[in-house]
Amino acid sequence: MSDVIIVDYGAGNTRSVRAALTHLGRSSYVSADPTLIANAPYVILPGVGSARSAMAHLDETGAADALRNRFAQDQPILGICLGMQLALQASEEDGGVKGLGLLEGLVVRLDAPRIPRLGWAVVEPWGDAFYFAHSFVAESPDTVATSEGLSAAVQRGSFLGVQFHPEKSDAAGLTFLDSCLSRV
Amino acid sequence: MPLARLIPCLDVAQGRVVKGVSFVNLRDVGDPVELAQHYSAGGADELVFLDITATPEGADTMVHVVERVADVLEIPFTVGGGIRSVEDASRIIEAGADRVSLNSAALATPELITEIAARFGSQAVVVAIDAGESVVYTHGGRLATDIATVPWAVEAAARGAGEILLTSIARDGQRTGFDLVLTEAVRDAVDIPVIASGGAGSAQHVADALRVTDAALIASIVHENPAGLPGLRREIEALGIELRPLKERV
Repeated sequence: MSDVIIVDYGAGNTRSVRAALTHLGRSSYVSADPTLIANAPYVILPGVGSARSAMAHLDETGAADALRNRFAQDQPILGICLGMQLALQASEEDGGVKGLGLLEGLVVRLDAPRIPRLGWAVVEPWGDAFYFAHSFVAESPDTVATSEGLSAAVQRGSFLGVQFHPEKSDAAGLTFLDSCLSRV
Repeated sequence: MPLARLIPCLDVAQGRVVKGVSFVNLRDVGDPVELAQHYSAGGADELVFLDITATPEGADTMVHVVERVADVLEIPFTVGGGIRSVEDASRIIEAGADRVSLNSAALATPELITEIAARFGSQAVVVAIDAGESVVYTHGGRLATDIATVPWAVEAAARGAGEILLTSIARDGQRTGFDLVLTEAVRDAVDIPVIASGGAGSAQHVADALRVTDAALIASIVHENPAGLPGLRREIEALGIELRPLKERV
């Protein structure tokens, strides 16, 4: 079975994503190499850090172009949290950051009783509870699932992005990841 | 609001879980990894690990514990104790923790809250407050400061904390219920989530706290009977608190 590439953008916690993939019997590498990103059967754009530094890192390494090409060729990409947000047109975070532009829509500051929005919430129409930890949220016509009225997942072509952390969402998250990977 | 969270807290010293954990079905009761998996399987929504020794030599040991936990745990976890710099926080987060918890270091150097939040996001920074009658304490609740609890919580939030872990020193370990007045005062003063801590002795206590705030830390109530976590969840749900629906593992 081929390896999953977890895109490295120089911040935070890729270990947990790798651990979840290992649990599902998938080997993975953390890399920003454009060639690896282009050729992997499945690519995950993970989600910790700030939008500006993440996007700068993706541009510098050539990973941003590799992701755009991959999307143009209809090869699967999963974006998690910030990794999902980076795929939209732009984000309000850090005073405004241009995104990869794979999907329609913008990332805006959350309007919620308590921010960051931390904890488990049911995602509709899927029915399972997933773990969220975010201060910004997508406003996108490509939204395919919601949680408490907020965008929880966006999809266009071969890109699926989720606001929650499947790698931290216990059995529901593993089931979700398994179904994503089962298509490749 | 997301669903109420139930958060077991494990005290760790020299890489081992200490204090009050008694359970016969674990091969190694003191192994943080095994206990973490056990609580996760029992329906914990999150875990907190506190390095209670927090010596410089212990820091490496804690990083290894975090790596081992991250490799097997698929729920979020926070690590506190001995984190005094952005570098300390980076090591813990890069080892796989979701959040770091700052206590004395945040009081001594409040800028640290902002610096860690700038690098990893507010959701990665918990400020732990050990609260006495009216002021904050340090050094495991032994030394009083002249800093009032509620204003300190407000300042921590303004500086970028993503959550307050609020422990009532008077209630901690007493199992007589959470300090709901204190919890409510802090909850009303900040617009970040607040975890109530100190005093959980029954499902009713936890349910009462979860009616006031976002999450409850539990320690001795589960450590004395780790197999009882699923039952505790059901009791809390029966008291009208909605917890996350659990799903069978693939």
